[in-house]
Amino acid sequence: MKAEDVKTLVERILEGMIRGVEIRKGYVEVVVDLENVVEAARRLKEAGFDHVKSVTAVDYPKESKIRVTYHVSSYLNEELARVIVGLSVDLPRDNPVMESLTGIWRSAEFQEREVYEFFGVTFRGHPDLRPLLLIPELAEKRVLRKDFVVREESIYEGVPHRYE
Amino acid sequence: MRESHTGTSSGEGWKLPGMMVRRVEREVYEIFIGPQHPGSGHMRIIVRLDGDVIVEADPDIGYVHRTMEKLSEVREWLKPIPLLERMTIIDACNITVPYVNALEKLMDKSPPPRASYLRVLLCEINRVASHLYGFGIFGVFLGHSTMYMWAFGDREVFVELAEVLTGARLTHTYPIPGGVRRDMPQDFPEMARRAVRYMRRRLEEYRKIFLDNPVIVRRLEGVGVIPRNLAAELGIVGPNVRASGIKYDVRLVEPYEVYDELDFEVPVFEEGDALARTWVRVEEIKQSLNIIEQAVDWLERHKGEPVIPKEDFDKLPKLHKEVYEKTGRVKLLPAHASMKIPAGKAIARGEMGRGEIVYYVESDGGTTPYRVRVVTPSARNAVIFKYIVPGHRLMDLPAIYGSIDYFPPESDR
Repeated sequence: MKAEDVKTLVERILEGMIRGVEIRKGYVEVVVDLENVVEAARRLKEAGFDHVKSVTAVDYPKESKIRVTYHVSSYLNEELARVIVGLSVDLPRDNPVMESLTGIWRSAEFQEREVYEFFGVTFRGHPDLRPLLLIPELAEKRVLRKDFVVREESIYEGVPHRYE
Repeated sequence: MRESHTGTSSGEGWKLPGMMVRRVEREVYEIFIGPQHPGSGHMRIIVRLDGDVIVEADPDIGYVHRTMEKLSEVREWLKPIPLLERMTIIDACNITVPYVNALEKLMDKSPPPRASYLRVLLCEINRVASHLYGFGIFGVFLGHSTMYMWAFGDREVFVELAEVLTGARLTHTYPIPGGVRRDMPQDFPEMARRAVRYMRRRLEEYRKIFLDNPVIVRRLEGVGVIPRNLAAELGIVGPNVRASGIKYDVRLVEPYEVYDELDFEVPVFEEGDALARTWVRVEEIKQSLNIIEQAVDWLERHKGEPVIPKEDFDKLPKLHKEVYEKTGRVKLLPAHASMKIPAGKAIARGEMGRGEIVYYVESDGGTTPYRVRVVTPSARNAVIFKYIVPGHRLMDLPAIYGSIDYFPPESDR
């Protein structure tokens, strides 16, 4: 299936709720409004996109938004297995809350937990929303947001000049 | 459990080394397995038991999280390559090829065929080594120390092959955008063919001592069954999903590099149990050996072809060109390290030994990635602990853990 065909297919599946479709390198990204995201996910699942490959969040501080993308594909449908569709939704950066899609795609469960701890996105209705990889104190800092800056430490940082 | 089981004559609590037991409620016990190395690396599984039947399992991962995604954002485009391969040093080429592919997609650059064949060659050497590593760990889990010794010993054959090809046993940092860092040495094809012949013979011996061993079969058959639909629902990857009857291999569904020119099969089993997962790995090693032979044949037939694009070669100063022509080594220029990549978003996927790896790479046109998202096979397989383990007896947990070839450093990133 060519990227153009995937675009047409997605436009047909998500008719009436698309804010933008774009052919990216290696996948087709479709942006929907926040209130439509559950319905869009349900329709994609029904069309045969049966699992989530990656729940990807990207922080855009200049536009004051966090974009969460569900990269979905298929195992059971051999034709759809060849393509990846990114279902995207933009969340306000100061209060990023969205409905969890774990109820639709079980494979999103652990990755939503990851987005929660690294970006502070809250997924309403998630069965078990707590940090996955980080300790809670570190998760508080939302470390993958752009305003968390990795500072380089020198080798001797914190070492006193003289030992008393 | 009765009182006599929970106390010893000295009055202290009943303890096993490495295990913490506390009474949660009547008849249900909570056991913390790990995080100190239950077999393959640091992770913890919190299991709740009724008698010795697991009623709930919670994989508590993240003990070896190394901030790969964040660090990739603060270093130039090339530098994440040696960083990312630290997730799975045994599978270093497989884990970096999709990242390099993503960069190549953004740059609209493609490697010359010889470079692609060299990448595939190293990927398959890595895949065999990765499966053998998995077998070794599996042997430890099941108390089969011969399997552990054999697999780790035979893995050395392939680690040495990789060393001859790239100069490093593990973490080769071999692919770079547009090509590879080193051409194949003259005597490599003969070495590779010998290793392939050796491994084919050994697999037959593995079957006798391990796969057809009645003790092993009894411990694996019908254990940890993942039905086909559930496998798709959980989104698990690699040999685990192929053991459940789903024919999904990135090399097949979206061939990258030169996999569409090579002749190989994707083994699929229907049973979905631990034994089927083990057999998939054995069959995959056989296929990888076939691919290694085809790749070295092709490389021998096409001697002297370039391993980096012409436009990159033309930019090299005289000395670098001489080194490249004499020894086959590509010496990179500083300009390579500080290159800019056109703005855009790309996804690239690849098939590692343990399964599918997905990279999402976003560029804003600068000298560092804007965002790198990596989802490794073990990260997607971790969910098996939560949904497949409950209902089994505690003694089945090591068998399931070993059969899914879960690798914590890869999962935690």
